[in-house]
Amino acid sequence: MLNRPQSNPQLNAKGELTHLLSIDGLPREALIRILDTASSFLEISDRDVKKVPLLRGKSVFNLFFENSTRTRTTFEIAAKRLSADVINLDVARSSTAKGETLLDTVDNLVAMHADMLVVRHAASGTPYLIVDHLQRIGRADVHVVNAGDGRHAHPTQGLLDMYTIRHYKKDFSGLTVAIVGDILHSRVARSDIHALNTLGAGEVRAVGPQTLLPTAIEKMGVRVCMDLQTGLKDCDVVIMLRLQNERMNGALLPSAREYFRCYGLTPRALALAKPDAIVMHPGPMNRGVEIDSLVADGPQAVILPQVTFGIAVRMAVLSILAGN
Amino acid sequence: MPLSALPDAEAQCVALAQMIRPQLQADTMLVGIHSGGAWIARRLRELLELPGEIGLIDVSFYRDDFGEKGLHPQVKGTSIPFSVEGRPLILVDDVLYTGRTTRAAINELFDYGRPASIKLAVLADRGGRELPIDAEFCTWQVELPATEELVLEPDADGRLQWKFVDHA
Amino acid sequence: MGKELSGHSNGHLPSLSLRISNGRLIDPQNDIDATVDLFIVDGRIAALGQPPANFSATRTIDAAGCIVCPGLIDLSTRLTSLESELVAAVAGGVTALACPPDSKPALDEPGLVERLVRHSEALGLARVYPIGALTQQLAGEKLSEMGSLARAGCIAFSQAKQPIFDTQVLLRAMQYAATFSYAVHLQPQDHYLAHDGVAHDGEVASRLGLAGIPVCAETVAIATALQLARQTGVRLHLARLSSAAGVALVAEARRCGLPVSCDVSVHHLHLSEKDIGYFDSRARFCPPLRAKSDRDALRAAAADGTAAVCSDHTPVDEDGKQLPFAEAAPGATGLELLLPLTLQWAAETGVPLSRALARITSDPAAILGIASGSLGLSTLADICIFDPAEIWPINAQTLRSQGKNTPFLGHQLSGRVKTTLVGGRVVFES
Repeated sequence: MLNRPQSNPQLNAKGELTHLLSIDGLPREALIRILDTASSFLEISDRDVKKVPLLRGKSVFNLFFENSTRTRTTFEIAAKRLSADVINLDVARSSTAKGETLLDTVDNLVAMHADMLVVRHAASGTPYLIVDHLQRIGRADVHVVNAGDGRHAHPTQGLLDMYTIRHYKKDFSGLTVAIVGDILHSRVARSDIHALNTLGAGEVRAVGPQTLLPTAIEKMGVRVCMDLQTGLKDCDVVIMLRLQNERMNGALLPSAREYFRCYGLTPRALALAKPDAIVMHPGPMNRGVEIDSLVADGPQAVILPQVTFGIAVRMAVLSILAGN
Repeated sequence: MPLSALPDAEAQCVALAQMIRPQLQADTMLVGIHSGGAWIARRLRELLELPGEIGLIDVSFYRDDFGEKGLHPQVKGTSIPFSVEGRPLILVDDVLYTGRTTRAAINELFDYGRPASIKLAVLADRGGRELPIDAEFCTWQVELPATEELVLEPDADGRLQWKFVDHA
Repeated sequence: MGKELSGHSNGHLPSLSLRISNGRLIDPQNDIDATVDLFIVDGRIAALGQPPANFSATRTIDAAGCIVCPGLIDLSTRLTSLESELVAAVAGGVTALACPPDSKPALDEPGLVERLVRHSEALGLARVYPIGALTQQLAGEKLSEMGSLARAGCIAFSQAKQPIFDTQVLLRAMQYAATFSYAVHLQPQDHYLAHDGVAHDGEVASRLGLAGIPVCAETVAIATALQLARQTGVRLHLARLSSAAGVALVAEARRCGLPVSCDVSVHHLHLSEKDIGYFDSRARFCPPLRAKSDRDALRAAAADGTAAVCSDHTPVDEDGKQLPFAEAAPGATGLELLLPLTLQWAAETGVPLSRALARITSDPAAILGIASGSLGLSTLADICIFDPAEIWPINAQTLRSQGKNTPFLGHQLSGRVKTTLVGGRVVFES
């Protein structure tokens, strides 16, 4: 064994959050602080001038290697509400296509005086590679926010999901949360699991067929349920995960139709949960595949508020990092 | 300064209210700056028998020392439950010192709209201004060394009282 | 019996008579562990203990405080750049090595093999034993010209890390190899079960969101290979095992008398999936680092002789590792770490030194079928003299290989080669 106790690269020498890469390994206080700070940012959206000058003069670069208009837009709104300058890099079409390496691109952005990099990439661990590189070139002052890396983590989504749950349910202890769907490929699921366990949720259930459940996932602190009915019974929160098209017609699942029949959140399935259970979804939804329209548009769904909370949570993350 | 020489903050609130009363207009609104200004603004509202809600401002997002100090660990949030547009406002704080907190509060208020006027009411003015800011209403002028901080706090019974904190 | 290279071209140098004195001589094959002098004449071991008649030392090497053992034999070294890697080999005490056929181009042409052999002999450093491609271009479809390749110098045949999808082709390849008594080396990994996996399919990969390679990818391939070996009678060697279940299958087959051997990479004797840490691409290996329980089983297999130990030397430059984990090139530099890591494994698990050294000397020699790996009288004097107690740092300056990629970079290891001899000539001295 290497016997090398590695310090969490997200924390600086003073133990302050300097990058947000994953919820895994963050102390409870750090999560609470982000949620509390997000509360105060919500009110800004109600003002005429929806801005505060916190990040004025700072440059936030959105480095998205994977297309995502939704997430990129919310980060852009969040940064602009903090008065930061935002530059979007559509990397798929630009330099990397010409053979420039990922780290060369990072070096160029640093030379352009980037203060923060918001990174989304299809390969798990990419933000860690970037943080390690920045450390080595003496630019650990450039903050990195993980906007989603492969299957590994989507910490801001995890945080906004927690904000949503706290908003409706107040207290995490004693809550039963069911996460349903393609957990194997889901960075949102992993971030939610870490966050729920760190915040002291009563029970976290991972619900799906064996083909969509990661090996040894119980070790992450969840109870595995391969049966939707068992998974939803008496739960307080249902988090539905999006099922991507490419998963549906091959060796993982036979068809969208069968998936909906066995794991789709219909009103009948939802009735097994507590009557005041909330239904969440990171979006975008596949109506009729993982979720019935009646539920998505129903009174228990809090999917649109999740989006509003998402902007406030991202504003909180950007501010806290920029200040450390 | 010995403890016995500290003035009674609750009495100062009463005196401040008496200074303000003649200047009140029909639509004047009080805005207290967290935390000390918020407590004082609540006192003033009772003393002046004002009908409406008071505004509360947290200047964390407008401070000019964000670069050095980062975000305050506990942001209390701003709430302005009335329209700022065209209104005379009285900004309330406990201690006026460099003037930077007042500057931040004014900037924040202007992001809500254009007030008719802003007057500043404080219990204590300790000099040491770094910006051209002045308090229209003030109950106590006091000189302190830079290493001493003047703090307003509620005691066990909720009565506001002054305290010195030595940062030497 | 064994194949030997005819000896390096050191033509113009006069023959040397060497005396290696005061060293602790360990020769696992001949069960020797004693402080005796060693005498070399004309490139071969002439005597132990007492000098042979009329002996006059051209040079005496004082090996006080050191261990004198057979030169190490490595079952898999990628010679990405011939000279620098052969220099690294002798710096690591490796005097003979087998290189896999997945160079570019693949070793499926006799001309390429001849050239490799010629260039290595001219350098006069470690002896190179090429492993030829089992199928043409390693594509797994057509048999390669094994006869011609063997005549050119190949001592065995392998697919390196390339799969053979068609089991019929694998069967035919084994039958053909068995016809001529050629050994077949296979790295057992079912291509479809491994799919796009990059790490062991377990707790760490699930947490980090890395595609996993389940243990069954290895055991299914081992089981297939064993069955086909049983049918064809081919001499099979399973390379770079990574799992407890895998070594168990091989141990069972050996108990039943099947002539199968296996090896583990020296990095796998130490590391596990936990060493991936925060996506450290230096811990990206093929086969992947598995759970601690697997590592412990590999250690036990090396301890009881089921498995030999090799370096799986794979130099990768910075560009190849400065990538997200799944995109980084797998493998680590290993030639210069083979000895210290083997010694560390032995020390940590209480394996006697002689037995540990057998795993990197006499056992690989037997697997490759070469007359090497021992200090018997008249054998070629391929010798490693090392100080087991010398602690040295692993960094870009101390490593002579072009590959500086190892999870042990920045660590201190114990066991440093002082002198390496090939055919009685000193080819490395620190």
